[in-house]
Amino acid sequence: MAELNIFQIAGRAMSAQQVRLNTVASNLANAGSISSTADTAYRAMRPVFETEYAAFNKNPGVATVSAVAIERSQAAPEKRYSPGHPLADDQGYIFATNVDTNEEMVEMMEAARQYQNNIEVLATAKSLMLKTLSVGK
Amino acid sequence: MTVLENYLKPHAAALQLRQQRMEVLASNIANAATPNYKARDIDFASEYSRALSGMGSLASTNKVHLTTVSGGPTEMLYRQPISPSPDGNTVELHVEQLQFAENGTRYEATLQFLGERIRGLRSALRGE
Repeated sequence: MAELNIFQIAGRAMSAQQVRLNTVASNLANAGSISSTADTAYRAMRPVFETEYAAFNKNPGVATVSAVAIERSQAAPEKRYSPGHPLADDQGYIFATNVDTNEEMVEMMEAARQYQNNIEVLATAKSLMLKTLSVGK
Repeated sequence: MTVLENYLKPHAAALQLRQQRMEVLASNIANAATPNYKARDIDFASEYSRALSGMGSLASTNKVHLTTVSGGPTEMLYRQPISPSPDGNTVELHVEQLQFAENGTRYEATLQFLGERIRGLRSALRGE
């Protein structure tokens, strides 16, 4: 990446946190999904964050973050015996998602906090820049 | 010109370094959730004295020596975390927020000093 100013640093980080919030929303929406096989059961999604550095020699240490991929959780879906369920397989089992609601709530709080932190960075940088413009007046 | 430059330089250099440090701290805050990210920072005091003294450039003792660019890249340090997290990330949000707030306030203070100097110059020029 060529160059990063403070607005790009915080802006991209906000985009990454937005992706994280979206996956949390998808996971929570599917927290009650049922499937008839283990393969088709909904698996929780998580974004993979990676540091994106600015051109190294010019701005050492300046970096932002981007969500480079979205991975599915490898945890096994919950197998439940429920012969009366319309989606139950031959043996009477249904497969619930591996979404952990508590974990998703914590993830949501953290993503929201970090989004806010980046907004604070933007607000501070903006007000300082405006003050710099009127220096000496 | 150099008189004017020397008059304003201490604050101008500080402002530039503060701006640079603000970008580094913003990078740390942006990467608060990235596994294995190591938080960076600048030692303001040493970088500032280096910027003012023009150190870091090589002395030319002979006319045939090539001139060197003064300064050079800022020395980036790694933050020592108080309690490192298991995913290898050394960003501690409260620490970074504190540093960011302090840096912003000091930037503003420097801005104030610089403004006062410019205003002082102006009123001297006008002879009021």
